Amino acid sequence: MIDAVPARLYRTVRLIRRFEERAIALVRSGHIVGGIHPYLGQEGIAAGVCAALGEGDLVTGTHRGHGHVLAKGADPARMMAELCGRETGLNRGRGGSMHAADLSIGVLGANAIVGASPAILTGAVWAHRRRGNPVLGASFFGDGAVNEGMLLEAFNLAALWRVPVLLVCENNGYATTMPVAGAVAGTITGRAEAFGIPAVVVDGQDPEAVRQVTAAAVARMRDGGGPELVEARTYRFDAHHTFEHAVRLDYRTPQEVADGRSRDPVDIQGARLSPADREAIDAEVEATLDAAVAFALAGPEPDPAGALDHLYASGLTARGGS
Amino acid sequence: MPRLSYRKALTRALADEMTRDEAVFLLGEDIRVGASNVTPGLLKRFGPDRVRDTPLSEQAFTSFATGAALAGLRPVVEFQIPSLLFLVFEQIVNHAHKFPMMTGGQCAVPVTYLVPGSGSRTGWAGQHSDHPYSLFAHVGIVTVVPATPADAYGLLVSAIRHDDPVVVFAPAAALDVRDDVDFATLAPVPLGRGVVRRAGDDVTVVAVGHLVHDALAVAEELADQVSVEVFDPRTLYPFDLDALVDSVSRTGRLVVIDDSNRSCGIAAEIITSVLERVPLTAPPRRVTRPDGAVLPFAPVLDRAVQPGREQLAAAIQLTMKDRR
Ligand SMILES: Cc1ncc(C[n+]2csc(CCOP(=O)(O)OP(=O)(O)O)c2C)c(N)n1
Ligand SMILES: [Mg+2]
Repeated sequence: MIDAVPARLYRTVRLIRRFEERAIALVRSGHIVGGIHPYLGQEGIAAGVCAALGEGDLVTGTHRGHGHVLAKGADPARMMAELCGRETGLNRGRGGSMHAADLSIGVLGANAIVGASPAILTGAVWAHRRRGNPVLGASFFGDGAVNEGMLLEAFNLAALWRVPVLLVCENNGYATTMPVAGAVAGTITGRAEAFGIPAVVVDGQDPEAVRQVTAAAVARMRDGGGPELVEARTYRFDAHHTFEHAVRLDYRTPQEVADGRSRDPVDIQGARLSPADREAIDAEVEATLDAAVAFALAGPEPDPAGALDHLYASGLTARGGS
Repeated sequence: MPRLSYRKALTRALADEMTRDEAVFLLGEDIRVGASNVTPGLLKRFGPDRVRDTPLSEQAFTSFATGAALAGLRPVVEFQIPSLLFLVFEQIVNHAHKFPMMTGGQCAVPVTYLVPGSGSRTGWAGQHSDHPYSLFAHVGIVTVVPATPADAYGLLVSAIRHDDPVVVFAPAAALDVRDDVDFATLAPVPLGRGVVRRAGDDVTVVAVGHLVHDALAVAEELADQVSVEVFDPRTLYPFDLDALVDSVSRTGRLVVIDDSNRSCGIAAEIITSVLERVPLTAPPRRVTRPDGAVLPFAPVLDRAVQPGREQLAAAIQLTMKDRR
């Protein structure tokens, strides 16, 4: 029962929610430096999309990427250690919040250059398939990314070469402070349609709705179909970045934020479970995150002598700076 | 002995590597017909999956190559024009180059970027005549500029086999160079290894790419006045400093000829790196493009902006007069 799809979806959104809340606390306490871009309010998208993907499928995420990495199955403890810059982190403390990656589970990384990753994912999926490994990909990007030329080039390439990547636009209404209406001529789905890419709009606050549209697209793509786009309408509950907690930026009214927060993916999915199941999952998530935070804070900081480690995969060593 | 042209050497390197390793494939504009004359015949031999002609989407296909490399393939991306590298500096530097470090060593990005026809093409003017190898050396990407057909073959092969991104600049002014080559001796040339092209006692001239041929010609011209050693670094990053220091330790004098803009060009780096290790008997000199150069169209202007033999000869003579 507790393993059924609704429960698993709930577990994922709840995990991301509480992970983010704990990460914000760690930003405040100074354990996470540089802050984070909280995924609060958008959890249903990563959870719904990744629930419809297979284990071998690939994803790329964004600067607001914790949810994507966790939903694909990364270990929350090593993820939290990464945010804290520890040697025990997913990237040995070399990536941090905006670059968390776990290639062993198909997470080619959060990527902080807006609009950059769909082209990378398209190449990776194409290459796997050429090598006889029929994977699919899902690339997350924001509404801000649809105005990047390189994203549109990637749409063209994916469509032209029929590479099965799901293009997931998380339309949270803003690129930092810029509203969609002030930045996007035409429509987001129209961008895709111009390249012959089927596109749908889905309620991004409903994890189950996202899972269903993704599952349908995934089925078509496994059947030989090309790329598809899903525009998930959502709302960012918190700051663009935690720096905004200190510097109030005036771009959303309190009323708008309250309205946006009223449709909470955790509650929407939670309502599909019995109270007892919900409580059990909540308790399990808390225990997982207690352990994750403890693991993160117990991990050693990297040795400064290794600051140039991994600069070159070939083993080339770079000259130091003095 | 058969003659091998620089261009054919590149073609041969691509074909040999594609034959040897299924993972190698080509991406680029008009490569199926070989518009830049490096890939003709390869489509027929290897098929469209391995010779992929792309739309004019440099940013997308450069990052496509990054993704393909993450997935275990070894893409070679051809750029029709050196100036296109400015469009994809983002994709190469922010992604291909940074991924291994940012992921804490989880991946490799073995992509080769091939620029057949870098530098001035005489008459192609401002937007087709750049030679931005110093930029790539600056960001720490393996950068090679072969001068000879055998090196064009050997360095391209090594670039393709290398596990990190490599940019291969094939200078336009070197593409028509032909040498007598025993094809059986064609072999990979190790990255990061320079070579003394001409031994000499009085001054070491470092020449990059096509300028190696100019340096050799100048050395012959001046042979009765000064004994010039010509050092061809072949790879600019990582630079074979040990071999150069060895040469300069013997000659005590250093002149660099480099087709970069002067400020922050590779000549500056070469000179500084040598000075950190060995004292010179005369101040070092460099012959480069001017600061901030944009190559003008008219041939006399184009030539006026490029480093050439006369300036090199003058620099060598001045260096020989100078004393510390
Ligand atoms: C190419 C690029 N331009 C600008 C930035 C700075 N920046 C980081 S996030 C962001 C807003 C992105 O908005 P959107 O794509 O809607 O994603 P969201 O933050 O809303 O999740 C900007 C402008 C960047 N990282 N990359
Ligand atoms: Mg947005």
